Amino acid sequence: MASEVLLPSSPAEAVELFGDGAGTTVIGGGTVVVPEMTYGRLHPKRVLLLTRAGLAGITVEGDTITVGATTPVDALLELEDRVPALAACARNVADYEIRGQATVGGNLCGHGDLQGCLLALDATARSAGRDGERSEPLEEFLADRSGRLLLDVSFRQPAASAFVVLDYPHTHEYTVLAVTGARTADGETRLAAGGVAGPGARLRSDEALASDPDAAGAAAASDVTFADDALASAWYRGQTLPVLVRRVLNQLEESA
Amino acid sequence: MNLTVNGVDATIESGPLTSLLDVLRDELGITSPKAGCEQGGCGACTVIVDGEPRRSCLTPVAAVDGASVTTVEGLGTPEHMAPIQQAFTHHYAAQCGFCTSGMMMAAQAYIDRGGSDDPGAIQEALGGHVCRCTGYVKIIDAVGAAARGDSFDLTVTAAGATMTNLGGVA
Repeated sequence: MASEVLLPSSPAEAVELFGDGAGTTVIGGGTVVVPEMTYGRLHPKRVLLLTRAGLAGITVEGDTITVGATTPVDALLELEDRVPALAACARNVADYEIRGQATVGGNLCGHGDLQGCLLALDATARSAGRDGERSEPLEEFLADRSGRLLLDVSFRQPAASAFVVLDYPHTHEYTVLAVTGARTADGETRLAAGGVAGPGARLRSDEALASDPDAAGAAAASDVTFADDALASAWYRGQTLPVLVRRVLNQLEESA
Repeated sequence: MNLTVNGVDATIESGPLTSLLDVLRDELGITSPKAGCEQGGCGACTVIVDGEPRRSCLTPVAAVDGASVTTVEGLGTPEHMAPIQQAFTHHYAAQCGFCTSGMMMAAQAYIDRGGSDDPGAIQEALGGHVCRCTGYVKIIDAVGAAARGDSFDLTVTAAGATMTNLGGVA
């Protein structure tokens, strides 16, 4: 049992109490951390509970969308009209009740179903830690987020977006494989995969081939290392990724 | 910390990271929420927190300090069952009963937010709930009936069998 539980009531207080993060376990919605404690795999000494830290909420300013770290995953469904891919990606996470409790930040820093989608949206992560506050591409934040407290992610509304997932007939499995595509107003196409080994990954060689979905699909495997686990073998993911890439590019074309 | 559980105010003595499930069961003696998987995967512990269905096993009690919590004990009584309880009874939607509390709370929340009797929508709403007796068809029937506002004859099941053990209770 934790000796110390901190309940900040503002973002500034959360940042101050987090400090450099050393020895601190952060709880957003609790859906990942609480079972770890229940099963005795985690005995946190110092817990930062973000429930009342004022880090939840979605704001839209012009074409920039900012999502607070403790915004429940479910709230992303409100962005259905603006960013259909993100709403579809959120809907694929767990079930209604978990989506209402799990947070965007917890998902990004944990099992990561939302990582690929937000990478394709070229999101910026704003975080706090030892060196103060900083904003950086989500890709860099995910590569090394130790000692950082995620505050929010922001991105520009794309002209079109599409999300295709390898569906699994079980509510609670983590994303086996998913591809998100986003197209900007000036025609740039970004692609990213989730459910690969490690954090979600941008599919840069596919992006260069975005005008040719078949070629892009064939090139897909060179950008990622595939997880090889109980949900799907690396071989299966490798066979499937080109199909998902092709479908996403075709959907982007249709919605253009 | 304080909770209002089924309309009754309670001061909570458990530690702040104690799960809401353990607070309900062990401190307050409210045992309808079940400790199933205790990792959010089965739905047996679902209760309604400030109007939303939540897995009590995943919820540190400090995160819901001051909240209003409803469990099956707050739905109705054996003499005056709530419509969702009548629906589960009439449609014989419980076998071993272990998942039933969570199923009913998720169903109640679904109906409270205006859910219809559409089987697909009910499956989506109850998608995080596992029934290892695999009695899903009758559960979905029961939730649909309650969502429609059906009236229930509790002396007989939907399939026509007489329910003697519930005779006179309605």
